[in-house]
Formats: sequence, structure tokens, C-alpha cells
Amino acid sequence: MSTTATVTAPGKWWSGGKSPFNVEYGKLMMWYFLMSDAFTFGAFLIAYGTTRFASNGWPDPNKVFQSYPGMPEGSSAPLVFVSIMTFILIISSVTMVLAVQAGQEMKKKKVVINLILTIIGGLAFLGCQAWEWTHLHHEGAWWGSNPFLNADGTQSSTNFTNFFFTITGFHGFHVFSGVIINIIMLIMTLNNVFEKRGHYLMIEKAGLYWHFVDLVWVFVFTCFYLI
Amino acid sequence: MDHTTEHHGGGAKEVRNVTIILTVLTIIELALGFWMMGIDSHSTRIAVKGIIVILMLAKAFYIVGYFMHLKHEIRNMIMTIVVPLLLFVWFIIAFLYDGNSFKNLKNTYDPYKKEVSQTKIEKKEEGKETKNEAAEEKK
Repeated sequence: MSTTATVTAPGKWWSGGKSPFNVEYGKLMMWYFLMSDAFTFGAFLIAYGTTRFASNGWPDPNKVFQSYPGMPEGSSAPLVFVSIMTFILIISSVTMVLAVQAGQEMKKKKVVINLILTIIGGLAFLGCQAWEWTHLHHEGAWWGSNPFLNADGTQSSTNFTNFFFTITGFHGFHVFSGVIINIIMLIMTLNNVFEKRGHYLMIEKAGLYWHFVDLVWVFVFTCFYLI
Repeated sequence: MDHTTEHHGGGAKEVRNVTIILTVLTIIELALGFWMMGIDSHSTRIAVKGIIVILMLAKAFYIVGYFMHLKHEIRNMIMTIVVPLLLFVWFIIAFLYDGNSFKNLKNTYDPYKKEVSQTKIEKKEEGKETKNEAAEEKK
């Protein structure tokens, strides 16, 4: 305890009567939940990396992910569709920040508009992912089956598809939960729950979760599509 | 709880700036990704991948620091979240090193497997057809 007194924080923070971290309990717990979730995703991605490092060959993501809806037969457009998905998630993260800020200013109408935009962004992302999964499934890719050859033309194992579907599936499930949470927040806002409570802290917690989903996508996107 | 003393970052301007930064970083990443497709040199590809990872970490910093507001929280609280995450440093180095070592051991002591993994499959179409057959068998 004595060490804290030497830092910028005065000793009174730890002597009771004041919140030492100066955040609401629920928000702090949301942070710790997200930290544990980061370890879950981290374990998945590191397992993927370890397997990739232990393999002599690996499929080329630019050959696997080269399609988008309505693409003419025989052409290829690597990275295009996933870039759109990435931008959708970034934009929905921005609208979520705006909803949180509007909540801090107690502007109900602005909160509602930005929450709706965030929900639309989340649904758009899920739609894109559903299309991509369906497309890959039609090409013969699924858990336990991998139609793609390694980048050097050798036979690949099913590790690639197993990790891809497990990790993007786990992330997609997080997006889905986030959309549900945001819809609940929207309903609560429309019912004036937060107006009566006098603060919009609940939106901030939902916002933390939503940003985390965006954060995880940054890693998943880089690990699977770019590298 | 009282939230009157909570810090509220830079507001709308900060959000706009961070959005621009994230967009630019993503575009650079994608440009590097496209550029990398045409490069055959192994070491250059590794270097580009390294740059992409650094850009990824920069994006993570901006999302956590500004969108999730962590940068404006009290330092002790930041430490309780960031310090445990340092485990990832060991985690990543140890496991990737282990994976690499496993590959080398396999290639040294299992020559048959190495030979199989280096046999190129001549016709790509054939590979696809067998896949379709497998898919139909499932149905």
C-alpha cells in the first residue's frame, strides 16, 4: 500500500471512502471478463500459430479467400470481401463510441440512433460471415475436410479449415452475443430505463464488449487472411 | 456509484482522429497484403508479415486506449489489466518455438512423412474432383 502513495495517487484512495480505481464495479468486472476472454482467444490463436509453425506447408489465404457475392465465374479477388467485413466492424465500433458519448451527455435520441447503427453494422458483419462460410462449405471446406492445396502445391492437412472455422466461429458467436446485448440496450434506452436511473453506464459496459469484439477481429483478420 | 469524477477523453475530435488512424492503418495493411502476393522471396515475405503484425498491434492499442477508454483510466487499474496480458509474451515465444522445433524433429526423424509433405499434387482439378466426390459421399 505504501508504494501507491509515492505515485501520483494520494494515499487517501486506499484508506476507504473512495473508489481506488475510480470506475463503477460493473465496468471493472467487464474489464476483467474481457481480459479472461482475451486469454481464450489468445490460446486459440497461439494454438493455430503453433500448428502452422509445425507444418511443412500451409494453404495460401489469397487463393482460399478470393470470392465475394455475385462475383463473375473464373475471376478472383483476394482480400476484397474480408476488407469490407473489417471496415463494417470498424465503423460499427465508431458508432458505438458515439452512443457511449451521447449517453454520457444524457442525449437519449442520439444514443438510440447510434445504437441502431451499431446493431445494423453487427448484423451486416454476421451476414458477410454467413455468406463466406456457406461459400467455403460449397467448395468442400468444413471441419475435417480441406479442399485447398498448400501454397507450394503439396497436399494439405485439415488443420487449416479446423482452425479457421473454430476461431472465426467463436468470434462470430461473440459478434452475435454483442448484437443481442446491443438490442437489449436499445430496448432499455427506449423504455427510459437509463433516463430514470440517471446515467447510461450500462451502455458503456456494452460498448466495452463491442469494442473487444472489434479488437479480436483485428487479430483474427491479420492471422488468417493477411499473414 | 458516483461517476462525476470520471475522466471523459477528448470527445468527438478524438473519436474522429482515431477513426482516421484505424482506417489508414487498415488500408496500409491491405496494401501490404496485396503487395506481398507478388513476392516470392521468403525473407521479404517474413519482413512484410512482421510489419503487418506491428500495424496490428498499433490498431489494438488505439482501439483499447481510445475506444475502450483505457488510456483515460487510473494507472493502477490499467496495470491490473495490462500486466497479466504480458503472459502472452512468454506464451507466444514458447509455443511458436516449440512448434518450429516439432517440425524440425519430424523432418529429421520421419523421412517418409517429409517426403509425402514435399510431393506436389500435379493437377489441381483432380484434387477438386476428389473433394466433390467426398462431399457427395457425405450427402
